[in-house]
Amino acid sequence: MKMMMGSSFPEEVLEHVFSFIERDKDRNAISTVCQSWYEIERWSRRRVFVGNCYAVSPAILIKRFPDVRCLELKGKPHFADFNLVPEGWGAYVAPWIAAASSAYPWLEEIRLKRMVIPDDSLELISKSFKNFKVLVLSSCEGFSTEGLAAIAANCRNLRELDLRESEVEDLNQSSGHWLSHFPDNYTSLVSLNIACLNSEVSFTALERLVGRCPNLRTLRLNRAVPLDRLAILLHRAPQLVELGTGEASDLRPDVLSNLLGAFSRCKELKSLSGFWDVAPGYLTGVYPICPRLTSLNLSYAATIQSSDLIKLVSQCQNLQKLWVLDYIEDLGLEALAASCKDLRELRVFPSEPFGVEPNVLLTEQGLVSVSEGCPKLHSVLYFCRQMSNDALRTIARNRPNMTRFRLCIIEPRTPDYLTLESLDMGFGAIVEHCNDLRRLSLSGLLTDRVFEYIGTYGKKLEMLSVAFAGDSDLGLHHILSGCENLRKLEIRDCPFGDKALLANAAKLETMRSLWMSSCSVSFGACKLLGQKMPMLNVEVIDERGPPDSRPESCPVEKLYIYRTVSGPRLDMPGFVWTKDEDSALGLS
Amino acid sequence: MSPENRNYMPESDVVGLNLKETELTLGMPGETRVTTDTGVKLGTKRGFSETIDLNLGRSNVKCHDKVCDDELENDVLGGATKSLTEKAQLVGWPPVRASRKNVMKSCKFIKVAVDGAPYLRKVDLEMYNSYQQLLSALEDMFSCLTIRNYLNEKKLMDPANGVEYVATYEDRDGDWMLVGDVPWKMFVESCKRVRLMKSSEAIGLAPRTPQKCSSTA
Repeated sequence: MKMMMGSSFPEEVLEHVFSFIERDKDRNAISTVCQSWYEIERWSRRRVFVGNCYAVSPAILIKRFPDVRCLELKGKPHFADFNLVPEGWGAYVAPWIAAASSAYPWLEEIRLKRMVIPDDSLELISKSFKNFKVLVLSSCEGFSTEGLAAIAANCRNLRELDLRESEVEDLNQSSGHWLSHFPDNYTSLVSLNIACLNSEVSFTALERLVGRCPNLRTLRLNRAVPLDRLAILLHRAPQLVELGTGEASDLRPDVLSNLLGAFSRCKELKSLSGFWDVAPGYLTGVYPICPRLTSLNLSYAATIQSSDLIKLVSQCQNLQKLWVLDYIEDLGLEALAASCKDLRELRVFPSEPFGVEPNVLLTEQGLVSVSEGCPKLHSVLYFCRQMSNDALRTIARNRPNMTRFRLCIIEPRTPDYLTLESLDMGFGAIVEHCNDLRRLSLSGLLTDRVFEYIGTYGKKLEMLSVAFAGDSDLGLHHILSGCENLRKLEIRDCPFGDKALLANAAKLETMRSLWMSSCSVSFGACKLLGQKMPMLNVEVIDERGPPDSRPESCPVEKLYIYRTVSGPRLDMPGFVWTKDEDSALGLS
Repeated sequence: MSPENRNYMPESDVVGLNLKETELTLGMPGETRVTTDTGVKLGTKRGFSETIDLNLGRSNVKCHDKVCDDELENDVLGGATKSLTEKAQLVGWPPVRASRKNVMKSCKFIKVAVDGAPYLRKVDLEMYNSYQQLLSALEDMFSCLTIRNYLNEKKLMDPANGVEYVATYEDRDGDWMLVGDVPWKMFVESCKRVRLMKSSEAIGLAPRTPQKCSSTA
């Protein structure tokens, strides 16, 4: 390729220009202009996001981008959150850390989601990267407080330690609580999220830590930190912007007044979460800061009922994000719609997900109210027990700016409760009116028709979740052939089989991944797909033993297909089968 | 997807059946519920006194092929109860993360391993109120096993090869004990992981009752 443009600018100039370009899409585009731009870009890329850790290998990454400072990796598919991916499936980060430890000595940030990270890797991180600043472990597992102690002890420049929703094993350490491993001269903490820890926290270590870190903005405590201790912490850190409380089941007037005093000094506080087992009386302590709040997460606050929730949200005029249990009920959502005109995101979680009868007065009406009253609402996750096409149409017309719409009607295949018809038309209205919709989760009684609508209108759709829906392969075909921007598709318990999958094989290379469980895809089709498409890993996850001990037409339990440039992975457990498996040869 | 489930209407199925024998519901295994207004007890499971072969097999995978159906020999239950069983055991539905499932209670997840099976399972001990409920749930999870009620001992057996398993657990001090020795609450507090050990290998563990003292201390 003739180098024309590149040779007229010194590399330093181009590099400087590129430093203003941050988005991956844009950097990818720059790198295709010519060979010299490709080279300059790859040497200057500092931030890399790998959406599927098996799509590329550490070696390939390091070869192309030799000086990465911020690495983000995602591992298991989303349905792993709901126990659909068996233990031991994979997503091991150890090889990545090992490779990075020698290739990227200046690495500053590691963000992982749904990955398995052992204590050894945490220790390696703490000792390999002198300038390490940010560690975010989202829904991860495989490590213990030992690993955290190593991070605390060795990462002198640590700013952020965020364990959001990870599973951490608590080991009784003779060397003292892991928090006390932060050295006395360590003062750079900005963000600490330990909300997921089940174990006790050394309060003295915590208090000293909070007291000596003047830049602390975010502090999410775990259940074990009682409210009376919270006031002490707040006195030490009045500059906090985001706070997650612990639990407080007994209402004590002295604790409440201390809390009121402490909160009144926190002029910057904008985000609240936690509230496990909190006596509702403590909420009055929160009222003074309500008008400043932009984010409120009460989704673990099982002791706070509708009337208290209404009083609370009615004072949060600047609220942008609310996560709450369905205790808020339709009435509470009406109050929300009336008071919180700046609301952008709403998530309503079920207080009794396995109950057969509704335990709260929350219906489709609550969501309709919010869609009417909150003009900026664009992101919704809503669990309920009844829905109607009318309501969905109204929501769609009210909120054409919707970008994420996830509706979970708890009972599978529930029809429109007014007409007893399917909810095809309602969801059809959503995709038709909401032209910027990027994420959609379906539920209720749905036929192939809804997929026709989605294929026709869902042109910007990037992620689709489907459960207990559809009649035939036509449904899957509509999705795969119509949704041009689809990246992630996850399906469970639908009558989708071989035909649509094989007919749209090429589409799968344009997507990050496809998950199908309890559907009708045969092992024969999986083998064929794997053979036809070498750039895809077709993983059959089946715990019943070798697939060829059953007829080839027998449907597989689970199927995970993803595009990759690094070929079949080498760490597959015994229950994952690919086209190369042949039990007769004794391979596994 | 099974033709059985294709036109599934929840109300008609539940009302039409006599649920005396097998009171299976939508609850998680072992979760006890309030009695509804109609007097239907929700969430109850059959007692241990009825030693029934529960071999449920992989109930949420359907084979259309007749040959394939025959191979799922484990499915001994009849059609109607089978669909209720599937309903009761819908894994991962509704899609609520484990940390949210029982907002009221704290969760206590431990890993369960079975000798000879390459896969682990995780159970939340807080969901059960007794050893019976736990063993019953384990039986559901490792569907090749049945519970044999023999001389008041709760053992698990794989009828396919007659291998007997004994439930053991590792406590906070790192010792391996037989499940069932201590009061339930104490067990929940101290249990770190559970292993279904082959009976033949379980010699040498802390004896269950004085009469069953093993030869080694």
